[in-house]
Amino acid sequence: MAEEMRVVLRNYGKINPLKIEDYLSVGGYEALKKARTMTKKAVIEEVIQSKLRGRGGAGFNTGQKWAFAHETQDDQKYVICNADEGEPGTYKDRMLMENDPHAIFEGMAICGYAIGANKGYVYCRGEYPHLITILKTAIYQAKQRCILEDFDIEVRTGAGAFVCGEETALLESIEGHRGEPRIRPPFPTQKGLWQKPTVVNNVETLANIPVIIDKGAAHFAAIGAPTYPGTKILTLSGDVNNRTFFEVPTNTTIREVIFEFGDGILGDRKFKAVQIGGASGAFIAANDLDTQISFDAMSAINSTLGSGAVYVLDETRDIIDVTTRIARFFEHESCGKCAPCREGTARLHELMWKLNSGRGSAKDIALLKKLGRVMSITCLCGLGQAAPTAILTTIERFSDDYEAKLM
Amino acid sequence: MGYKQILDAYKNIPGGMIEAFNAIQDIYSYLPEEAIIEAAKVFNVPVSKVYDVTTFYSMFSIKPRGKNVIRICQSAPCHVAGAAEVVAALERELGIRIGESTADGKFALETTECVGQCQDTPVITINGKPYMGVTPATVVDILAEYK
Ligand SMILES: Cc1cc2nc3c(=O)[nH]c(=O)nc-3n(C[C@H](O)[C@H](O)[C@H](O)COP(=O)(O)O)c2cc1C
Ligand code: SF4
Ligand code: FES
Repeated sequence: MAEEMRVVLRNYGKINPLKIEDYLSVGGYEALKKARTMTKKAVIEEVIQSKLRGRGGAGFNTGQKWAFAHETQDDQKYVICNADEGEPGTYKDRMLMENDPHAIFEGMAICGYAIGANKGYVYCRGEYPHLITILKTAIYQAKQRCILEDFDIEVRTGAGAFVCGEETALLESIEGHRGEPRIRPPFPTQKGLWQKPTVVNNVETLANIPVIIDKGAAHFAAIGAPTYPGTKILTLSGDVNNRTFFEVPTNTTIREVIFEFGDGILGDRKFKAVQIGGASGAFIAANDLDTQISFDAMSAINSTLGSGAVYVLDETRDIIDVTTRIARFFEHESCGKCAPCREGTARLHELMWKLNSGRGSAKDIALLKKLGRVMSITCLCGLGQAAPTAILTTIERFSDDYEAKLM
Repeated sequence: MGYKQILDAYKNIPGGMIEAFNAIQDIYSYLPEEAIIEAAKVFNVPVSKVYDVTTFYSMFSIKPRGKNVIRICQSAPCHVAGAAEVVAALERELGIRIGESTADGKFALETTECVGQCQDTPVITINGKPYMGVTPATVVDILAEYK
């Protein structure tokens, strides 16, 4: 029986998030104190050695990112916590912020110390108004006790744009502009917020940091899958009995997630498909259920872990209908900056709609495949690049469902 | 607080325009034209730039709308859980379609993508407060809280 392991959610249910005393009483902010007795380089080295990789979806080595920002010389640098959580089916960052906001601030302050930044921002999506209050209260309490010393944290609120989770669009939004992604390079670690070196990290990534500093890189690197160590919070939705969240080591398999933690499929029905990583994720069929949820194991089956959303469909579901809905999501959320995505997402949705209403032909499927391939290499940011994923993977893995709907 | 005081409170915050607009909407439910023109002055940018920003974000409305903004999640997990029936029930109950407001100015009906409460679908929010596991039957009770 696979078991849960709460590293990131270590304080879940044990402390009152609105009482800093509670966080301090479970050893909170000790890692920050410890980090400040180490050299900046040693802190970064510890994070690199832990092999922690970003939990926001891209899986970049966190310590390496910090090293880039550390190396860039400037009088002002920034740390940003990406709390724009918007991938459908995902609510892990909300769980973290609702229950343990100081763990995130501690991670940010450690990053600030390591790269030489005295200012941090939490960019929280506008759909989480209750969190804004929690975050601001917690920051106020930390400031009152001077725990963060010269590191200042400010909360910024989004206003309903999925693309603002993309790190450069997020920077634009904090600066007060439309949230349109920037052309990279330069990367944020060189020229980020107001053109200053900036580290953007996901909520879950940052909440891991105090544990790494406290218990050491080796301890962390030994958990889960060797190339993507640690744990991952997964959020289950769709046709499972137990629709909730879990934190598991990264070598847990999809089958364990759905059939043990999720307690299997609702009713007496059979499993049909699972989409992991939100709307941007691939649809996975039964033959790949023994894959581990680590970043690399998922890549190996041409899928992604992404945000860790696990959306399960039972045998009765119309996967073409669901995929059409997902295509509409991307049409809505495309920021319109680049043509392949602005036009492409609209065409993808149009073609899916045609197929879904029984008016499509094999030619339309061929067109979807071609357009999807072009978008995945020509779109400016990850939104457009991932927009065809659900379509391409369902065409490949659930071809019978498409056949059945042809004119 | 009026929009002028709000804009004033944010004018020295770098990039503070979006923060100011969130605060204005909390009170007015939308962004009045006067507030947009005033924002251009306060933040020292052309009016066109302010519209450029406001029209980008789905939570901002530059058209007057009902005081209580109801948003229904359309993302895939809510979709399979019966979001369409909830839309139909709300439209029936309020006598308006998606994108419209009730004549008494009490309610606005909109769709949204995932609001991060996918553990109990379908989900709607009213003024940002989430209601989970909504059914056509429970819609009536939820609306009663705001009437
Ligand atoms: C369209 C789009 C949406 C994204 N949304 C988020 C998000 O909500 N939260 C997040 O942490 N990263 C999101 N990302 C990834 C960020 O661009 C970035 O890689 C991440 O914040 C880096 O943090 P990490 O290294 O700690 O994962 C998104 C990327 C794209 C392309
Ligand atoms: S890929 Fe889409 S979301 Fe990304 S920059 Fe281009 S238009 Fe905008
Ligand atoms: S999918 Fe509707 S709240 Fe997440």
